[in-house]
Amino acid sequence: MRPLFTLFWSFFKIGIFTFGGGYAMIPLIRREVIDRRGWIAERDFLDLLTLAQSAPGPISLNTSVFVGYKMRGYAGAVASILGVVVPSFVIILLIALLFADIRYNPLVDAAFKGMRPAVVALIVVPVISLARGMHPALYIVIALTAVAVWYLGWSPVWILAGAAAAGILHALYHLPKKKELINKKCEPDETERPPRKEEHR
Amino acid sequence: MILLQLFISYLKIGFFGFGGGYAMLSLIQNEVVMQHGWMSNAEFADIVAVSQITPGPIAINSATYVGYTVGSQAGGLWMGLLGALTATFAVCLPALTLMLLITRFFLKLRNNPIVEGAMQGMRPVVIGMIASAALLLIFPHGSDPGERNFIDAWSWLLFGGVFIGAWRKVNPIVLIVLSAAAGILIY
Repeated sequence: MRPLFTLFWSFFKIGIFTFGGGYAMIPLIRREVIDRRGWIAERDFLDLLTLAQSAPGPISLNTSVFVGYKMRGYAGAVASILGVVVPSFVIILLIALLFADIRYNPLVDAAFKGMRPAVVALIVVPVISLARGMHPALYIVIALTAVAVWYLGWSPVWILAGAAAAGILHALYHLPKKKELINKKCEPDETERPPRKEEHR
Repeated sequence: MILLQLFISYLKIGFFGFGGGYAMLSLIQNEVVMQHGWMSNAEFADIVAVSQITPGPIAINSATYVGYTVGSQAGGLWMGLLGALTATFAVCLPALTLMLLITRFFLKLRNNPIVEGAMQGMRPVVIGMIASAALLLIFPHGSDPGERNFIDAWSWLLFGGVFIGAWRKVNPIVLIVLSAAAGILIY
């Protein structure tokens, strides 16, 4: 029970101190999981981040499942994910309970009128910084997606599925060339390895 | 059955939430504001603002909040709690199961050209989704004034100020709190 509680507690702390979520929590996760607990190695952390970002869902949830499972199997994964979820669940529930009463308070209303355009600005900034590194031809895809979801009201789910399928087709089309390259690179390696092992013995 | 609808909506959001927090906004907005009409565009902006100044991922925050609001409208406090639990559980379920699968087949998936191809294909779409979330917040579909987030020149001024701040990597919590204070002063 004890190690499960440690997992829960570590991710509870991560859950409670990460405002805004996402990339802001990476340094915190790193400190808790690598520096304090030594649960995973430094070089595995980068792999973990890549995985957590490529799987759907919030990065913090994905990271907690990965670390929890590595440490204590399925029970560990559940303990860790609960650690991330419980703080935000409780806090938001309290806010939702109070919000109904204070919603029409003029002061609260004025504060939200100020925050709404601020939220939009916070969303626009990552669009620009993410798009900057992209191939110009992909700007058309970005624009078409934005218009389809915003103006035409298409569900992003279908566009995502279509884009994934297009990406896979593109990868399959280029696959034979890549495989040849990989095989060429791998062959000499494999012939070199056995003698090395013998040297160590 | 409202709980089932909540469950399915948030399962979808959890399953297709590629690209992290901001990208999930568009999915949440599409399900919650456009498909089901559970909250208005302005309320959606409010929950995003609340998410920015409270701990935890936006997906979970919105699941708990929307689940509670929708549930309590249908049947009071307990129904609200049940709704919050249902939506939060649903949004976590795909992350839990998919990450377990990925962790078990960790090495096989790494550098797999098909997985990488899918990721590459989704990347521009995810950016477009974030853009659409912003566009919908600026230009909502309905003409109802309660839907609007930009009500006057002050709104645009605040937008510009926060944009510059966020571009220069000022902490978003600071920006949200400052804009709330500005809102109180202005309105």
